[in-house]
Amino acid sequence: MNPEIPTETHPGRAPRQRRRLLPAALCGIILAGCAGDYPQTTFQPVTDFGARLNDVLGHAFWWMMGILALVEVLLVYVIVRYRSRPGQEEPRQVYGHTGLEVLWTLVPAVIVAAIAIPTVRTIFAIDAPPADDALVVDVIGHQWWWEFRYPQYDVVTANELYLPVGRQVHLRLRSVDVVHSFWVPRLGGKRDTNPIPVAAAEDGAGVNHLTFTISEPGVYSGQCAEYCGTSHALMRMQAVAVDDEAFEAWIRHMKTPPAPAEGSLAARGQEVFMRSPCIACHTINGTNARGVVGPNLTSFGDRWAIGAGVAENTPENLAAWIRNPQALKPGALMPGTEGGPGGLPPTNLAEDEVEAVVAYLQSLRGAPRPQGVASRSSSAPME
Amino acid sequence: MARATAPTQRAAIAGKRSSRGFGETLWSWITTVDHKRIGLMYGATSLFFFLVGGLEALLIRIQLARPDNAFVSAETYNQLFTMHGTTMIFLVAMPLGVAFFNYIVPLQIGARDVAFPRLNALSYWIFLFGALFMNSSFLFGAAPNGGWFGYAPLTGAQYSPGPNIDFWALGLQIVGISSILGGINFITTIINLRAPGMRLMRMPLFTWMTLVTSFLLITALPVFAVALIFLSFDRFYGTNFFVTAAGGNALMWQHLFWMFGHPEVYILVLPAFGMMSEIVPVFSRKPLFGYATMVYSGILIGMISWGVWAHHMFTSGLGTIADAFFAVSSMIIAIPTGVKIFNWLATMWGGSIRFTTAMHFAIGLIAMFTIGGVSGMMHAVAPSDLQQHDTYFVVAHFHYVIVGAIIMIAFGAIYYWFPKITGRLMDERLGKLNFWLLFIGANLTFFPMHFAGLLGMPRRIFTYPAELNLGTLNYIETVGAFIQAAAVLVFAWNLLRSWRRGAPAGENPWGAYTLEWATTSPPPPYNFARIPTVRSREPLRDDGDEIRELATGRPPEDLHMPSPSFWPLVTAFGVMLTFALFMTELWWPPLIGVLVTAFGVVNWAFEPAH
Repeated sequence: MNPEIPTETHPGRAPRQRRRLLPAALCGIILAGCAGDYPQTTFQPVTDFGARLNDVLGHAFWWMMGILALVEVLLVYVIVRYRSRPGQEEPRQVYGHTGLEVLWTLVPAVIVAAIAIPTVRTIFAIDAPPADDALVVDVIGHQWWWEFRYPQYDVVTANELYLPVGRQVHLRLRSVDVVHSFWVPRLGGKRDTNPIPVAAAEDGAGVNHLTFTISEPGVYSGQCAEYCGTSHALMRMQAVAVDDEAFEAWIRHMKTPPAPAEGSLAARGQEVFMRSPCIACHTINGTNARGVVGPNLTSFGDRWAIGAGVAENTPENLAAWIRNPQALKPGALMPGTEGGPGGLPPTNLAEDEVEAVVAYLQSLRGAPRPQGVASRSSSAPME
Repeated sequence: MARATAPTQRAAIAGKRSSRGFGETLWSWITTVDHKRIGLMYGATSLFFFLVGGLEALLIRIQLARPDNAFVSAETYNQLFTMHGTTMIFLVAMPLGVAFFNYIVPLQIGARDVAFPRLNALSYWIFLFGALFMNSSFLFGAAPNGGWFGYAPLTGAQYSPGPNIDFWALGLQIVGISSILGGINFITTIINLRAPGMRLMRMPLFTWMTLVTSFLLITALPVFAVALIFLSFDRFYGTNFFVTAAGGNALMWQHLFWMFGHPEVYILVLPAFGMMSEIVPVFSRKPLFGYATMVYSGILIGMISWGVWAHHMFTSGLGTIADAFFAVSSMIIAIPTGVKIFNWLATMWGGSIRFTTAMHFAIGLIAMFTIGGVSGMMHAVAPSDLQQHDTYFVVAHFHYVIVGAIIMIAFGAIYYWFPKITGRLMDERLGKLNFWLLFIGANLTFFPMHFAGLLGMPRRIFTYPAELNLGTLNYIETVGAFIQAAAVLVFAWNLLRSWRRGAPAGENPWGAYTLEWATTSPPPPYNFARIPTVRSREPLRDDGDEIRELATGRPPEDLHMPSPSFWPLVTAFGVMLTFALFMTELWWPPLIGVLVTAFGVVNWAFEPAH
């Protein structure tokens, strides 16, 4: 981080023409392929950070296309024009031409400089220190799920990252086990979460940073981008970008989640949950569940998926997950009802208890979603 | 032993083929110190592993053909992609290059063999045993599963407690020793054993690139060896080099790995550039354009390759200064590389191009490597690499380099030098089928990967959800992979068929001007009856008759060739055993391997020369 470096651009500026040309050009090549909707596309960033990356890429892209076209056209010309003809004499033996060789050393050097200068400027721009009022989120990689802590609000959640639109976000990234990489393509580039000792994390040594400001509300999907073991492919996440008001409401909801109605199946589920081994690893705000090894389950019912994206958050899937997590997610550390990985004891939940816990976890919901974006509950009615 | 081999050797020196039993033939191969036979063994071994790595690739592609596929399990998939990468880099691309160093370089410089023939045999046997050891992990269902890059701390004992990573770390340690020995051998050979008059600036480009590559081998592989020793010590003896919880540093592994890993890229690609610079002039009927520039750009690429490693680490958070430095240094490497491409084009310009199979592959290299080059330039733009890194965009990039350049021209080089090696031509019709299948298949496989990556597909994932809409692209890629497999089958058929029934080639079927084409095809064990004197860069053009006469005449009566030896194999087995027995996690079993090694070395040292 270098605070002296001036940044000539500011967040939220109007998108430049080039930014739209790049995806247009690439899409042109795969016309058919662009008909679909790509939740993890890098071509449509919704942050200043992502836009900057595409700007500098767009700049290099056209130089590269020029060189590629030149070489391929020359190649085709040469193989058509100079193909051997019957009875042809030996061609003139040319051993080189200093002028030409200097030319095709210098011209690429100039092109390299033309790409290098905006590259270096962008490197410094995207690493500029965050604003004082930025929302700080500690992103902590686990095998194979994401923990998100909001130290300014004393809120912790997992796999679904709530962020406000229009306010700068400052992610502080680290890992507790192996190297992971935080990547939500529409929010911009990825950054590794490196494992560091807890003591070091407190004074910031080895912590990585990302700063960006989101300009559009929406739900943006992402996943771990650094190979991190068996279920690396199943370490997914979603970023939920909402307006300021909704964000504050979400914080309030997280701090004081409603309790299940008395006498309901969910209430029985809560009672089962609180006397089972679940609480050794999971926290649910407003209850006695205070475990910190596994994902925080506050407002779990709102999440789009279970197990960091292994399956849709439906009662059936959740029950299957509680019975045998490893069947859905190889290598998962959570014990099932009849057996645990690595010698962990099983939870021993009976079938009716599983059902109750499912009802309880699904009842933990009600957080605000971005306007126009359906909450999970509308697509998966329950009870 | 002396009784068994002495007559064999005499018969060989006389250039005759005696009818020998299977046992004797086998014995003559496992005791051989002839660079040509060792080259053939390297070639055969790497082609075998090419099939293994290719099969792994097909299984990967079947799994990814559809979203949410369950063809293989996560664990199996992780083993497959790890072994695909490790095999293709260390057991295919590297030894295939070494096969050509072995066979071609002594012939190109007018030498009778390499500087240290027995060391050469030792290199091969160590490589073979290391490769077999690593792949034996499949028999235990415990193939390496940490990626070819083996990032710590995932590969440490805590997160990978099984034997999988032991097979990987120890296997690569063994294979690495072979590469270092080979590097030493080829530097010495090229510096010391050139024919009279073959000044450095008269050496063929392939020999030059072998020299540069050999320097990279002896400087880069030790870095990897150190990293692997750290990792192994962490795993076996509880040290904490990469154990972050105990104050170790995960990024140190990445630095050490890529300090080796990036020169490694040029260890693979520089020999390919050398092959290009032999093939393009011959089939354009023109000398190489800008010889000196081609030499210097090769040296420059080799040198700069030491200063770009952290472009593999732009997302690890090195800070602005490091990111800026490595972005710019990585871009600079494009300049000498670009010069090479333009010089090849200029060599073809104004020429009389013969479209042999070898030339097809050379042209294919220019077409595909340029794509790999420009996408590489996009990675060097560090900020946008934050999006591209660890996605299929990168997979597309390096496959355009490895398949589009290295494998492409390796096929070309086989078609080009096969007549010298066997005395027979490979079938040109099958050859062109081989080329077109590979060219179409490779582009169909790797081009869509650019888009898959930029549309959000990370690497090394065993599955992806249907919602990402990446199914179509992946399906096309899988179809392409099977077309490439068809290309390989055509090649294998052509190779086996031509070996026995190819049209006789003569000494110099292509009308080339470098020394290897002066001697007979296949060359006698001593290569040249009398070592010719070289007066130019194109010796067969300027003094062809004289050199051919010297090369193919009667060898001198007192010609002494190095005698065969069984002991390099024993020594190599001891080296493999030493490392393999570390897996017992006891202190004494590796000593058994050390004893076997010592037994081999002592017998080697005191073996009487014949």
